[in-house]
Parts: sequence; C-alpha cells; structure tokens
Amino acid sequence: MRKFKDNLLLGLLWFGAFLTVAILLIIVGYIFYKGIGLINLEFIFGDYSPVGGGGIWPMIITTIYTIVISLVIATPIGILAAVYLQEYAKQGRLVRMIRFATESLTGIPSIIYGLFGAVFFVTTLAMGMSIISASLTLTIIVLPVIIRTTEEALKTVPASYREGSLALGSTKLQTLYKVILPSAMPGILSGIILSMGRIIGESAAIFLTAGTVAAMPEGIFSSARTLTVHSYLVTQESGDIELAAAIGIVLIVMILALNFAATFISKKLNKADY
Amino acid sequence: MNTTLERKEVKETANVENQNDQRSVKISVRDLDLFYGDNQALYQVSLDIREKEVTALIGPSGCGKSTFLRTLNRMNDLIDSVRINGDIHINGNNIYQSKDVIELRTKVGMVFQKPNLFPMSIYDNVAYGPRMQGIKNKKELNQIVEESLRGAAIWDEVKDRLKTSALGLSGGQQQRVCIARAIAMKPDVILMDEPTSALDPISTLKVEELIAHLKKDYTIVIVTHNMQQAARVSDKTAFFLNGEVIEFEQTDQIFSMPKDSRTEDYVTGRFG
Ligand SMILES: Nc1ncnc2c1ncn2[C@@H]1O[C@H](COP(=O)(O)OP(=O)(O)OP(=O)(O)O)[C@@H](O)[C@H]1O
Ligand SMILES: [Mg+2]
Repeated sequence: MRKFKDNLLLGLLWFGAFLTVAILLIIVGYIFYKGIGLINLEFIFGDYSPVGGGGIWPMIITTIYTIVISLVIATPIGILAAVYLQEYAKQGRLVRMIRFATESLTGIPSIIYGLFGAVFFVTTLAMGMSIISASLTLTIIVLPVIIRTTEEALKTVPASYREGSLALGSTKLQTLYKVILPSAMPGILSGIILSMGRIIGESAAIFLTAGTVAAMPEGIFSSARTLTVHSYLVTQESGDIELAAAIGIVLIVMILALNFAATFISKKLNKADY
Repeated sequence: MNTTLERKEVKETANVENQNDQRSVKISVRDLDLFYGDNQALYQVSLDIREKEVTALIGPSGCGKSTFLRTLNRMNDLIDSVRINGDIHINGNNIYQSKDVIELRTKVGMVFQKPNLFPMSIYDNVAYGPRMQGIKNKKELNQIVEESLRGAAIWDEVKDRLKTSALGLSGGQQQRVCIARAIAMKPDVILMDEPTSALDPISTLKVEELIAHLKKDYTIVIVTHNMQQAARVSDKTAFFLNGEVIEFEQTDQIFSMPKDSRTEDYVTGRFG
C-alpha cells in the first residue's frame, strides 16, 4: 500500500513536470511552425512597410531601448533599496510597510501603471508619447520585482559569511561588497532576468506611453512601437497569425540571448571581484 | 576543622602558582554584565587572561560561553538588543570605550563553530582580511597566504590547489583554513567557539595539535564542550554556569581538585 502511494505520488509529480514541458514545447513548436517561413534577413533587418512585406528592425531597436533604459534605471535603485531594507534598516513597522507596499505593487495590473505613466510622464512631465516615457513606466513596473528578488537573495546569504567577514576586521560596506552581494548575485540576476521578461512581454503600458509609431525611433524622445505591441497590432489589424508568430520567434530568441548574456556577465563579475 | 585546613592548603598552592605566573595579562575583564534586551546573560564576570596561554571556557549549554567570547571582539555589537556594563581591557585598552571596532577585530581573530569559508578560492579566503586592510602587493599577499597556511598546518594539503574553491575541502581542512584566515591578520588573540564540534576525531586531533602549536605566538581563548579537549589543550579553564564564572583556575586543578562542588559535578559529568 505504502509502495503504491509512493508510486502514485511519483507518477503525479512526473505527470506535472511532463505536462509543463509539453505545453511549453507545443506553444514554442506551434509558433516556430507558423512563423519560421517568414524569418529571413530582410524581415529582421528591414524597415517596416505599411503595405506589407517589410521588416521589424525598428521594433527590435525600440524593444532593446526600453529594456536597456528601464533596467539601467531600475537595477541599481532596486538593489540599493533591497540592500537598505535587508541590511541596514531597523526591522520595524516602517520596513514591514515598505515590504507590504512593494509586494502589492508587483500584483497591480500593468495597465494601471500605463495609465499613470500616460498621465504623469507623458502629460505632466511633458515627455510626450515616447520611448523614455515608456521606459520610466516600465522602471516602476519592474522595480518591485527587483527589490523583492534581491531581498530574497540577500536573505539566503548565510549569516556565517557576514560574521566571518566582520570578524576579520572588514567594514560593513566591504562585507556587503565583497561577500554578500557576490553570494547573492545568482538570485539578483534571476530577478533581473525576470524583469527583462516582464519588459519584453509588456504591451498595454507601453501602448499607452510610447504609442504605436512604426518607424525607426530618432532618439529616446520619439514615439515608437515595441515588438510586443507590433505583434498585437498586426494580429488585430490584419489577423496575420504568421507575422505575429514570426515576431514571437524573434522575441523568444531575444529572451534566450539576454538570459545567456546576463548569466555570462554575472560570471565575469564574480571572477573580476576576486 | 579538618576541612578548613585543607581549604587553606589549596589556597596556598594556588597562590604559589599565581606567583610563578610570569606571563603578563593580555585580556582583563571586570564586572562584566551583558543583557539581551531584558534577559541578563552574563553576571559580573571578572577574569584575567594571560598572554600566550590557552584559556578554555566550559559549562553547560546556554550558560553564556559564546556570549562571553563574543564580547572580546565585540561581535555582540551586531545584535541590536545587547547592552553591556563593565570593562574589558585588551593590551591595556578599554575596548568598549574605543570607537574602533575594526582595529580591535584585526587584533582579535575568531574561529567559529562551523567552518565559514567564503565561496571563493582558498587563496582569496586567506588573503581576504589583509586585502580588506588595503594590502594589494601580490608578493606580499603570496607571502602572507603561504605563512598563514603553514602556520595552520594545512599548507602541504592545499598548496597545489590554492586557486580552487575553498568549499571543496573537507570540513576539517576548511576549519584549518579558517584558522589560517584568522592568523593572516597577524592577531594577538584568537577566539575559538567550539572549533572542533563539527569535525571528525582525526580532524579534531589535528586542530588540537595546531592549538598547542599556535599558543607559542598567540593568546587563545577556546569554548569547548569536550572536557578531554579542555584538559588537553588549555592552561587555564573557566567554568561558567548560568552566566557566572564559578571557577577560574589552572586547568589541571579544575579537573583534579575543583574548589566548587558545582565545578566538580560538571567536570565529572554529573550534569551538563
Ligand atoms: N542573539 C540572542 N538573543 C537573545 N538571547 C540570546 C542570544 N544569543 C544567546 N542568547 C541567550 O543567552 C544565553 C547564553 O547563550 P550562549 O549562546 O552564550 O550560551 P553557550 O554557553 O554558548 O551555549 P552553547 O554551549 O549551547 O553554545 C542563553 O540563555 C541564550 O538563550
Ligand atoms: Mg555557544
């Protein structure tokens, strides 16, 4: 009987894992099947053409802009905030409230952030519908994610590392910089990767703050269209599933490439530190 | 009548021993009280720890050995609720009056119960402290690392793998690298909190041999639950009970003819 229960549980676990992988493979497979025919150099590096047959280069550039700008702002602020909350702040009511707030912020639908960005950045700060407005909005969206994951990562660093370092006569800052942050790096990195996914996948908030101009942006104050928004618009306007799938392939490849890059950079950083 | 006479004799021998004790006082603790919030963990602890001796701290679990040990390098400062009264002088300086904890901790090293090497190479672990003090010169660092590892009797075992992760070593080896890491700071005093409790008997023996060797150059204070270990490695032993020092004497005296019945009960294994 015991054996049967064990086997049943194992079977269920196995089934769960299998189902997850299968769904992922089916989706990715379907997208590749539908979209791969459209993928060629002209499609990726060509300019957009409103009459069809053009490329998606402007959207790729716009997407990269939004990722880079929002992460460049959100990562340092998020890490600093998490370090403060976890390592420096007195663990009292205020910190608990801040934590609760960041946790709640991760749960708010992005369209709300989009509306806020449209009012605050686009109108009040007069940045207009632009890459910068969208990136700042995205910064607010991913900031809580980075704070939360960094805090969790800092929590997993054993107290014995801190003690060991301090007992050797190093300062709190040295301990943080040389021991704690490097040990927390994998966790912090996964937060950043998660944020990239969130940024790439975002459509509503970007739609409301960057607009839909399908041309190569002249700078960060231009209105522009990201890949996700583009994919949404082409499906909605023309019902062109194949085009949307081809964009999907590009998105998947971009996410993979960014993940590898992030892992690589963190490895390099770790090496450089010691 | 008889007992008073005996007592007197004991006192006299103790006095003679104290007179023979030529070593200077390294650490002097007076009337030390320590509180965790409202809970008092140390009561009026007073003792003198002499230079280049091994002082063992023994006593049942929760009696305040670790707490006391950690007052000597101010590791208790890390806990917000801790309050301290009394004085500790090391090398004649009142350590709780000076603001410079860093300076204190470079002079008073610590080895913990569980090996706590950082996830870096063996070399970087040992060079960590000196680097934090601003030593950058490669040659100088190489020399410090080699000297320290030799000092901790682990050089031969690790010299060919200095650049590999320290966490790949066995527990016993890691603990000796921890000791090397501590002596790389060239401290005066080394504090050890049950340094062998996580080790196998052979590694334990190696660490004990190492302690016997290190006492030529360092003043060592060691917490241990192992009576044989205290007897083997230490010159003086302090018996703690409920936050008080019940007895502080030459080790052989503590183990052969303790003055206090509670000490006797503890060292003979009747409680604890
Ligand atoms: N961080 C802390 N906060 C509050 N109380 C503490 C803390 N650390 C220790 N104590 C209390 O102080 C007393 C002494 O603890 P300590 O760790 O010094 O004992 P110990 O003699 O080292 O015991 P053991 O042999 O189990 O290591 C205990 O009653 C313990 O509960
Ligand atoms: Mg202890």
